[in-house]
Amino acid sequence: MSIFFKQRSVLPGFGLTMGFTILYLSLIVLIPLSGLLFKTATLSWEDFWGAVASARVLASFRLTFGCALLAAMINGVFGLMVAWVLVRYRLPGKRVIDALVDLPFALPTAVAGITLAGLYAGNGWIGQYLEPLGIKIAYTPLGIIVAMTFIGLPFVVRTVQPVLEDMEKEQEEAAACLGANRWQTFVRVIFPAITPALLTGFALAYARAIGEYGSVIFIAGNMPMVSEITPLLIITKLEQYDYAGATAIATVMLVFSFLILLTINLIQWWSRRHAER
Amino acid sequence: MTTKTATLSSTSHQALTEPKAVRWLLTGLALAFLVLFLVVPLAAVFVQALEKGLDAYWAAIIEPDALAAIRLTLIVAGISVPLNLVFGISAAWAITKFKFRGKAFLITLIDLPFSVSPVISGLIYVLLFGLQGWLGPWLSAHDIRLIFAVPGIVLVTIFVTFPFVARQLIPLMQAQGVEEEEAAMVLGASGWQIFFRVTMPNVIWGVLYGVILCNARAMGEFGAVSVVSGHIRGLTNTLPLHVEILYNEYNFVAAFAVATLLALLAILTLVAKALLEKKVRH
Repeated sequence: MSIFFKQRSVLPGFGLTMGFTILYLSLIVLIPLSGLLFKTATLSWEDFWGAVASARVLASFRLTFGCALLAAMINGVFGLMVAWVLVRYRLPGKRVIDALVDLPFALPTAVAGITLAGLYAGNGWIGQYLEPLGIKIAYTPLGIIVAMTFIGLPFVVRTVQPVLEDMEKEQEEAAACLGANRWQTFVRVIFPAITPALLTGFALAYARAIGEYGSVIFIAGNMPMVSEITPLLIITKLEQYDYAGATAIATVMLVFSFLILLTINLIQWWSRRHAER
Repeated sequence: MTTKTATLSSTSHQALTEPKAVRWLLTGLALAFLVLFLVVPLAAVFVQALEKGLDAYWAAIIEPDALAAIRLTLIVAGISVPLNLVFGISAAWAITKFKFRGKAFLITLIDLPFSVSPVISGLIYVLLFGLQGWLGPWLSAHDIRLIFAVPGIVLVTIFVTFPFVARQLIPLMQAQGVEEEEAAMVLGASGWQIFFRVTMPNVIWGVLYGVILCNARAMGEFGAVSVVSGHIRGLTNTLPLHVEILYNEYNFVAAFAVATLLALLAILTLVAKALLEKKVRH
């Protein structure tokens, strides 16, 4: 374990646990993931570009990234509201509501998918009231946004909530004593303090929505060029034994996911540095 | 809206919370959002499943393909959760009880599967073990089938649930420090004794918390499993895949009946999670 420059410790088990951790991590995560990158490296530039820049793939990218962005924005607004109400206001049954927020994490995506599709279809509980107004949600891009909003719902709430809980009342009191009204206190004092958490939650919800498959495909309609999301396109290519095409599209998505991950880490690092000053 | 004659306490009270109308509006909007996106869908699963009565519901669940799916789901979770539990404990021990360089990087690597789309998680294993994959020719020469078979399903499930236990345990054990373990060491305890008598009692609720989340995802994973399963009825169909097949056959009552099993699992998970959160905090 010399590569890790371990400092001396009296406790036993470093070699065993670190050895197993590295072995298991390599076998399950690192080797399979690098297989994808190697496969991409064997493609010629023309093959790669041909697979990624075809009209159908570009349409799926626009749809997936666009819908995910809108869903993450909806979650940004309502997630902040839910976190605020849960932390600041007295509410009967608060513990139940709080536990329920995690439902999208716990409910299998296929179940969420068929349920949302049923609810928003023309004859569904919600769809039947929207159809006469000329609003179609199921089997259109709007349905994709609904499913992506569902799946990303807990992220903003769960990142903002602890920051609001830890916030000291003194700062708000000071602002009030200095003559700020409630809205000024929120905009100038509270909002800046929760911004890093809000951005982190937003980015997490966005990343999750981009990769989401199970809850989206049932409600999406899956029409090429119109309502076909990128993960579905990867599966379609795989089923046609177009491994090169599937790999190229997957690599673009993966790189994008890692960029979001990097952004999240930068936000965290920036907010920690900000807090230390 | 405070006048100059108002006392400080009433000033600060008004300026420290929102006007009543705003509070009602925010609470109403937040609750409406949660009802629309969480309560209504959850209720709809059960209502749709029982639409044709209890008999139709029960028939869909005790049908042989459904039972096979239940069995496979239990097997997959039964293998992948314990493996990730051992890994999570091992990684947490190495990371929290010792100082070494590259620790933050190692934690990032462990979290990696969470930022990979489920479909891509399945794809990487197809590229590795599929017939056209890196090891495909060797595997088929030795008559070993991983993809479109149970081992592939287990592998992708391990991948998508990989970080759960480790990510729960690492912050918990970090907060606990090493003093108690070092004291036990000085008193002559062996490594395993330290682990089981000192470390474990401190983090057991955290371990359970991670295991419950890991299990929920393992039983409910759809995208990744769908890529590697091949959808062979009665053989490589997990519960979520069975729901999909029934739904695509327009057998809605049966699809929702099987879905209630997964919804009940989700509710149980949320209840257990809420109970454990209290224990972990205290």
